Amino acid sequence: MGHYVIRRLLQMVPVFIGTTFLIFIMVHALGDPVAALFGDRTPDPATAARLRAEFNLDKPVWQQYLLYMRNIFTGDFGTAFNGRPVMDLLVTAFPISFRLMLVAIAFELVLGIVLGVVSGLRRGGGVDSSVLLLSLVVIAIPTFVTGVLAQFLFGVKLGWTAPAVSPEAPLNELILPGLILALVSLAYVTRLTRTSVAENARADYVRTAVAKGLRRRRITTRHLLRNSLIPVVTYLGTDVGSLMAGALVTERIFNIQGVGYQLFQGVLRQNSPTVVGFVTILVLIFLLANLLVDLLYAVLDPRIRYA
Amino acid sequence: MRGARRVGWAVATVTTVALAAGACGGGDGGGGGDGVVRASWGDPQNPLEPANTNEVQGGKVLDMIFTGLKEYDPETGEAKDAMAESIETDDQQTFTVKIKEGWTFSDGTEVTASSFVDAWNYGANLDNNQVNAYFFQFIEGYDEVHPEDEGAEPTAEEMSGLEVVDEQTFRVTLTQKFSLWPETLGYTAYAPLPQLFFDDHEAWLERPVGNGPYQVESYNRGQSMRLSTYDEYSGEDEPQNEGVELIVYTSNNTAYTDLQAGNLDVTDDIPASQVRNAEQDLDGRYINQPAGIIQTITFPLYQEEWEGDEAADVRRGLSMAINRDEITTQIYGDTRTPATDWTSPVLGEDGGYEEGLCGDACTYDPERARQLIEDGGGLPGGSVTLTSNVDTGSHRQWMDAVCNSINNVMDDNNACRVNPVATFAEFREQISADRMTGMFRAGWQMDYPLIQNFLQPLYYTDASSNDAGYSSGEFDRLVDEANAAADQSEAVETFQDAERVLAEDLPAVPLWYQNGTAGYSDRVDDVRLNPFSVPVYSEITVN
Repeated sequence: MGHYVIRRLLQMVPVFIGTTFLIFIMVHALGDPVAALFGDRTPDPATAARLRAEFNLDKPVWQQYLLYMRNIFTGDFGTAFNGRPVMDLLVTAFPISFRLMLVAIAFELVLGIVLGVVSGLRRGGGVDSSVLLLSLVVIAIPTFVTGVLAQFLFGVKLGWTAPAVSPEAPLNELILPGLILALVSLAYVTRLTRTSVAENARADYVRTAVAKGLRRRRITTRHLLRNSLIPVVTYLGTDVGSLMAGALVTERIFNIQGVGYQLFQGVLRQNSPTVVGFVTILVLIFLLANLLVDLLYAVLDPRIRYA
Repeated sequence: MRGARRVGWAVATVTTVALAAGACGGGDGGGGGDGVVRASWGDPQNPLEPANTNEVQGGKVLDMIFTGLKEYDPETGEAKDAMAESIETDDQQTFTVKIKEGWTFSDGTEVTASSFVDAWNYGANLDNNQVNAYFFQFIEGYDEVHPEDEGAEPTAEEMSGLEVVDEQTFRVTLTQKFSLWPETLGYTAYAPLPQLFFDDHEAWLERPVGNGPYQVESYNRGQSMRLSTYDEYSGEDEPQNEGVELIVYTSNNTAYTDLQAGNLDVTDDIPASQVRNAEQDLDGRYINQPAGIIQTITFPLYQEEWEGDEAADVRRGLSMAINRDEITTQIYGDTRTPATDWTSPVLGEDGGYEEGLCGDACTYDPERARQLIEDGGGLPGGSVTLTSNVDTGSHRQWMDAVCNSINNVMDDNNACRVNPVATFAEFREQISADRMTGMFRAGWQMDYPLIQNFLQPLYYTDASSNDAGYSSGEFDRLVDEANAAADQSEAVETFQDAERVLAEDLPAVPLWYQNGTAGYSDRVDDVRLNPFSVPVYSEITVN
């Protein structure tokens, strides 16, 4: 187990270097960020040259990358063009997106698995058909529509919640955005669980358990569910990363100043230090989430062993 | 604070999908003080220094915490004395500025002549990387503190054209005659700065200190700013409210929804998708008025095929082929006004705005348009392209509409093609490098409400934003003459003569004036936009 983890961690190093280098190249291919600082007029050459020198933009890309990586290892993520250290942005944005992600995952776990198990056990029944239909509808409607609709309905018309989340983004304000963010994944989790449960319900070990005279509840939770969760866990593991990075739409709609919004802002203003900084951290999160998923397999299925 | 006002959902009640678990209403929504105006904001693009802020969001704050020598009237755009006691000149080149006595910065220090001179020297100096440095280009000695060439070092610390006479007086020498120069001084780049700015720059940026009607109470970078009234303020535009809370929104759509929900009092940028319903949604509490922004289609006169008299006919024809009325109504829901000159209605008639100065060239006339283009030898190479960035401002939509308009006139589906550029930065880069081959969008947001600002930087030979590469001896001569005129109305008239040269040559054709929009809640009254489309916060009253 220990060896396996160390090997995996070592494998992360080249992946990390490769991805950060790629994103660095891509951001710099976008064009000259200094020109955009001057609004609708031609930047005067002297000031533009100074700014380029300040942000190392006058050097070749590979050299910029090396300088950037060196600074990262000393904890310096550079400075955004508005003079704010990127570290500042990271420290405020990640906890917010993390909370939002937790809310979304909670919805996916609780709702998704309960609905999945219920419809999986009663295949073809009324519950199953309506859950299937509903999940289809949810997958088909883009987040943008559901988000704006829910915001207007619950925020303006009914007044149950504030349409915009305050800058501190406490957990209780993130419930509606979290649900909206979770909706699409929720539908997938439900469908995955349903298929998996429906398949395993006919497996030999379940029949054996029934023959032994175990209580139905115990068979479902201890035997059936545990084995059926493997594909769901895989899905949720990759979802952790995409929920944090891909909450762009939800975050903009509900005024959440998280990772997605900062990335959007960074891309819009061609603020390369912000974009590269955030993506670097996201890459780490993806890698760690994947490792966690692999380790969870062993917990769920005793047949899997890591040497 | 803000969190306390929000109506949270009780976590315990939301166990499963209990959307029905609502919380009760949160009362009168007083976010820390009943007289405080809650207004939408965006994260400023650059650090909040007066000479380093060239966009609206940073400008909002600077407007509130600074009062310059002049101030622009929100109604007429006229520059009125604010901190200036008098600005006198005999030769339109050397100005003696006297400032009023008894003004203080909100940290208690006095505003003196050196507060201005030091601030201007700071703004102009190349070492400080200020994006508005060009504002000081007319002052003598600018070349030494801000050499134009890439890589050059400043050879002086201060501009020789600025001279402190006594505590209340300083003298400014310009490099050329510029009669309207005092009228430019209302822009925030010319604001005075307290000693603290130079002594402890970091502290100042954390919490800017100025001499305006408001002072910064707290500033959470990227999130919100609370401004309270400055009790020792000496100006006439004393705030009619107890303070302003600026709240950063991730999108203008969210701000608009929050306004509808009653959590926000003023939002100054209504999303394009809501414009049609705003008047009704907000019960008439909606403002839609021209701003100091004009959009034009500019031609690359540095390309051979766009030179000469025949090309001028083609340009005129293209201009007449554009149905401006239809596009501003259909695409922009009347938040653009078809342009008929090269300035902006915010200048007012006295300031040089003249409706219809462009004449026939800006009137839709398909018959005549086709005739003119054919007389001019047809479109260069048989078709034209229209280029713009498409990341903001619904540019893609109007470009398609303009091209359709031209295609219909020419009865040829390939006469005009749209060339979208992904980002503004990339678009600017192509323009600066003279790489345009066909028509391209050029937007201009005025620095100060002055006819000079709409003409000289854009069309004077080799001017900083002369994207067309236009050069006309006649135009240059008239601009010089206007700048040397002793009398303001004479100067304005001469500038208009110069503008008529543009109507003849058409290096760029006016499309429309951009409007500023704003909406407000029933909790506040007296909301107006100034010529820069920023709400006049000090006038807003809270019911």
